[in-house]
Amino acid sequence: MPVTNPQAVIRGERLAVTRALTQVENNSREGYKLLEELFPHTGRAHLIGVTGAPGTGKSTLVNQLAYAYRHSVEGNSPPRIAVVAVDPTSPFSGGALLGDRVRMVDLAGDPGVFVRSMASRGSLGGLAGTTAGLVQVFDAAGFEIIIIETVGAGQAEVDIASLAHTTIVVEAPGLGDDIQTIKAGILEIADILVVNKSDKPGADHTLRALRNMLALAHPLPEDVQHHGTLSTAAPADIEPETGWTPPVLATTATTGEGFQELIAAIEEHRDYLKSAGEWQIREEKRLKNELEVLLRDALRAHWEEKIAPETYQETLGKVIRRQITPWRAVDILLEGARL
Amino acid sequence: MVNPQKKIRVLIAKAGLDGHDRGAKVVARALRDAGMEVIYTGLRQTPEMIAEAALQEDVQVVGLSILSGAHMTLVPKVVDLLQNAGMENVKLFLGGIIPDEDKPELEKLGVTGIYGPGTSTQNIIEDIQKACQ
Repeated sequence: MPVTNPQAVIRGERLAVTRALTQVENNSREGYKLLEELFPHTGRAHLIGVTGAPGTGKSTLVNQLAYAYRHSVEGNSPPRIAVVAVDPTSPFSGGALLGDRVRMVDLAGDPGVFVRSMASRGSLGGLAGTTAGLVQVFDAAGFEIIIIETVGAGQAEVDIASLAHTTIVVEAPGLGDDIQTIKAGILEIADILVVNKSDKPGADHTLRALRNMLALAHPLPEDVQHHGTLSTAAPADIEPETGWTPPVLATTATTGEGFQELIAAIEEHRDYLKSAGEWQIREEKRLKNELEVLLRDALRAHWEEKIAPETYQETLGKVIRRQITPWRAVDILLEGARL
Repeated sequence: MVNPQKKIRVLIAKAGLDGHDRGAKVVARALRDAGMEVIYTGLRQTPEMIAEAALQEDVQVVGLSILSGAHMTLVPKVVDLLQNAGMENVKLFLGGIIPDEDKPELEKLGVTGIYGPGTSTQNIIEDIQKACQ
């Protein structure tokens, strides 16, 4: 495959963009060279992560959110939007069925929108190994908003929080009791919590449970009736840890209900990040994380080149026969590679 | 860079107005099990939507499922639009109820494979793998 012209990508030419995405996704040498050229042009887009359990309506929400961005901002021209939608790769066949586009038909025919599906290709954590690279391509191509939809996430697929500026966690009514809301993991990474399918029974309960959970973590001044006069009592003994309390919003993605509020919350969060200096902190964290992932992959590839396959098989055999422990085996394999 | 990965990417699209997508889903599933990355578009796609999705997803293969009998109008449009988008190297496969007398013309248009009811998915898999070599 010839190297894609980086200038054409930066100009946002769609064929160049799509070829660049493929080269980056395939971890090819061309893709690597391309990212070198594109990197100085990145760092401008607002990266919005959308995560949540399977079936909460993430893809439909992304469809509505992108549509709302394209159609409701009055006055100035609407932002150009890229969507990266990740679905799981089968651990058995290596194949994948990427079905997120099925929910995104409202975005078809809009030249200001670009939807790309990607398979997780063995990566855990809810994203693919090259998702960050794809985001760089879109960023360089001038997309102002990049929405990243993770695979249907369980409780601990939290990689999105180190990639996105604003992370939206999508819940739906009827998915577990209050105790789920105080477990560690996915709810902790939310900058905005959305209860989607809010027209379904039980939505009120889910909204309430999430708000109560947040009240434990971010105590708010409460309005209290004291001897008949309304006064505001701030919780005195607990200091709020950050200046941002995640809002809990209700949406119905099939009808578009609640999306103006969602966009308003996203913009408020962006303004907060910028004014509090958090934007810069998140950028630094994001790049550090990206560097560490790349370094880890490169070290492993370097090790795989150095280690003799027979040494690996022999050591593995010893572990399976319980002659040595897995920890000892790691020592042997690292020594054997002489990095 | 580190370990290059290349997968066959296939777009499976239901073109036109018929609402029967069982065949398309069976094929999508079989291709997935053969290790391909299958992007499924859902029902009632226009030729414009199919060409746009093929471009955005940068697929090597488009599989069209047409049961409505409108293949002689839909296929030429898809071929044209793919060419206009710069995606002229995409291999086009067609599944559905396609009368024998239409096949020569469709093949002339550049359709790589045509499959009727009862085709074994193994055939389709092998043809796609061969076309993508």
